[in-house]
Amino acid sequence: MGSHPVEPDPGPGAAVDFTEVQQTEQFKELRKRHRSFVFPMAVFFLLWYFAYVLLADYAHDFMATPVLGNINIGILLGLLQFVSTFGITMWYVSYANRRLDPIASSIRHELEEAAPDVFIDPAGGKK
Amino acid sequence: MIPVHSAALRVPLQTAETTNVGSPLLNMAIFGVFVAITLVVVLRASRNNKTAADYYAAGRSFTGGQNGTAIAGDYLSAASFLGIVGAIAINGYDGFLYSIGFLVAWLVALLLVAELLRNTGKFTMADVLSFRLKQRPVRIAAAITTLAVCFFYLLAQMAGAGGLVSLLLGINDRLGQSIVITVVGVLMIMYVLIGGMKGTTWVQIIKACLLIAGAFIMTVWVLALHGFNLSTLLGAAIETSGNAAITSPGLQYGLTSVTRLDFLSLALALVLGTAALPHVLMRFYTVPTAKEARRSVVWAIWLIGAFYLFTLVLGYGASALIGSERILAAPGGVNSAAPLLAFELGGSILLGLISAVAFATILAVVAGLTITAAASFAHDIYASVIRKGKVNPDGEVKVARRTVIVIGLLSIAGGIGAQGQNVAFLVALAFAVAASANLPTILYSLFWKRFNTQGAVWSMYGGLGSAILLIALSPVVSGSERSMIQGADFSVFPLSNPGIVSIPLAFFLGWLGTVLSRTTEDPMKQAEMEVRSLTGVGAEKATDH
Repeated sequence: MGSHPVEPDPGPGAAVDFTEVQQTEQFKELRKRHRSFVFPMAVFFLLWYFAYVLLADYAHDFMATPVLGNINIGILLGLLQFVSTFGITMWYVSYANRRLDPIASSIRHELEEAAPDVFIDPAGGKK
Repeated sequence: MIPVHSAALRVPLQTAETTNVGSPLLNMAIFGVFVAITLVVVLRASRNNKTAADYYAAGRSFTGGQNGTAIAGDYLSAASFLGIVGAIAINGYDGFLYSIGFLVAWLVALLLVAELLRNTGKFTMADVLSFRLKQRPVRIAAAITTLAVCFFYLLAQMAGAGGLVSLLLGINDRLGQSIVITVVGVLMIMYVLIGGMKGTTWVQIIKACLLIAGAFIMTVWVLALHGFNLSTLLGAAIETSGNAAITSPGLQYGLTSVTRLDFLSLALALVLGTAALPHVLMRFYTVPTAKEARRSVVWAIWLIGAFYLFTLVLGYGASALIGSERILAAPGGVNSAAPLLAFELGGSILLGLISAVAFATILAVVAGLTITAAASFAHDIYASVIRKGKVNPDGEVKVARRTVIVIGLLSIAGGIGAQGQNVAFLVALAFAVAASANLPTILYSLFWKRFNTQGAVWSMYGGLGSAILLIALSPVVSGSERSMIQGADFSVFPLSNPGIVSIPLAFFLGWLGTVLSRTTEDPMKQAEMEVRSLTGVGAEKATDH
């Protein structure tokens, strides 16, 4: 990390103009791809979770409706929360691998080649 | 979630029964084996502890899979194992509701926090929050909320240890319990002092594997007894309890409109608090890249999800095979469901294993909390604020190690002092503080360009202050039979979970503080943070050498 967060002085980090990077089409595309996935998904799973919580909190009779033997709608919806959590996780991982990682690493390599000495952590990892 | 209180009241009647169930000596011996093995691992892991990055972030050398397992180890506390199994066994569906909140919360970490945080911070949460804002005020506020969350969580774990001692080792007198708490505390100090983050992580990994494997074996066992049919298991639970309502929600939280609102408030804190728990956030720095941070969360989600599915089976299994009367009559009350089930299934040996795992759990969670609190004090308060960055990393690690000892001693004293007190609300409070004081600032500083120092400071202090104030004015502290302070009543706030007020308030204060402030932050730093957070530039070569 060129500008170690402890030191307000940007130091060698100033050699890289991040506002310029921020304005490149490539970076804007990365940000758009990231946000257009994570924001709607976050809204979706929070709404679905709170819909479930509200049903469990205020619609006891509905949740107690039997479906299969002793398994009722409540148990089923609860298990569906697990399924949707696992599903969203896998979906995000595949999306990030396909749509985010290639573009992020291309920007990263470009920056690192442009200013190799800036992005090697002076205090962090070296022995 | 661990009713130490009721356990202490029942002690005189139950001593005979305690000795009937399992063998305390065997339990202690198995725990001793765990301690011996982990100590060897910690000693081996500590040989390469040289720099600050080694001590705080394990040299960023763990893989996503290892770190994800350690996250599960950190997260699945004794409260969530014994507490949730017991809650399902007694209150049925309402216990299950807890575990769903605990799991779904990980999506916040996966989608919004883990990778971006890994790319922008170094050792602590304050690194990220103060990245593009004014260092001093934001770092101090972030360190204070980190220490507050760790303190509440630590106290809950150590107080819970006392309850576990009487439950699993048959030690019921205060002195005996105090000695065991001291032993646990001293072991923890040794692990963290010697092993640093690397040693602590290995303790978490070993413990997570044991806990999940133990729960898995019991789950298969319970299912086998019921023909691998969930419906049959639920039927058996209904039959033993004589109450068909245990398979649907409402037994615990559906009593009055206040308890319903209370549950909603708890659900909000659980789902938003997890991704802002400082000891969880710090784990993301132990991996080399953002991609590994993502893998960590994915592993954690699978392991934690599987574990909570096991607890569903175990809870109803305890309900079916043991019955709520026997569970409530045992020392430890609700928390004894899982140990009693282990004894019912596999006799003293399985009980011994499960007991040892429960102790290991407390040890591991307390170690994770301690290293987080020590890192925050040494890195944020000592190095950055007191010495204004003019300290070498060795000096900082020295301070961190001393802080570990101080925190360890404080938590031993707290654990002994809290015996017999009803402090179960502290875990929920830790989640509420994390969700109110930390999450708004984390999200705003990552995603809202205009966000500034005043907004961060208002949001963090407002969230922390309101959560603590509302708890102090709630029935968990005064004014009810189970309150912490008896004989006084200043409970003007009816809910025992403050999240429903404090979380929206903190988000609002973050916005208000920002729009009312005339100073704008450095656009260069905002650009740098955004570029770094999404690309990982500069953060991934941290340990090339």
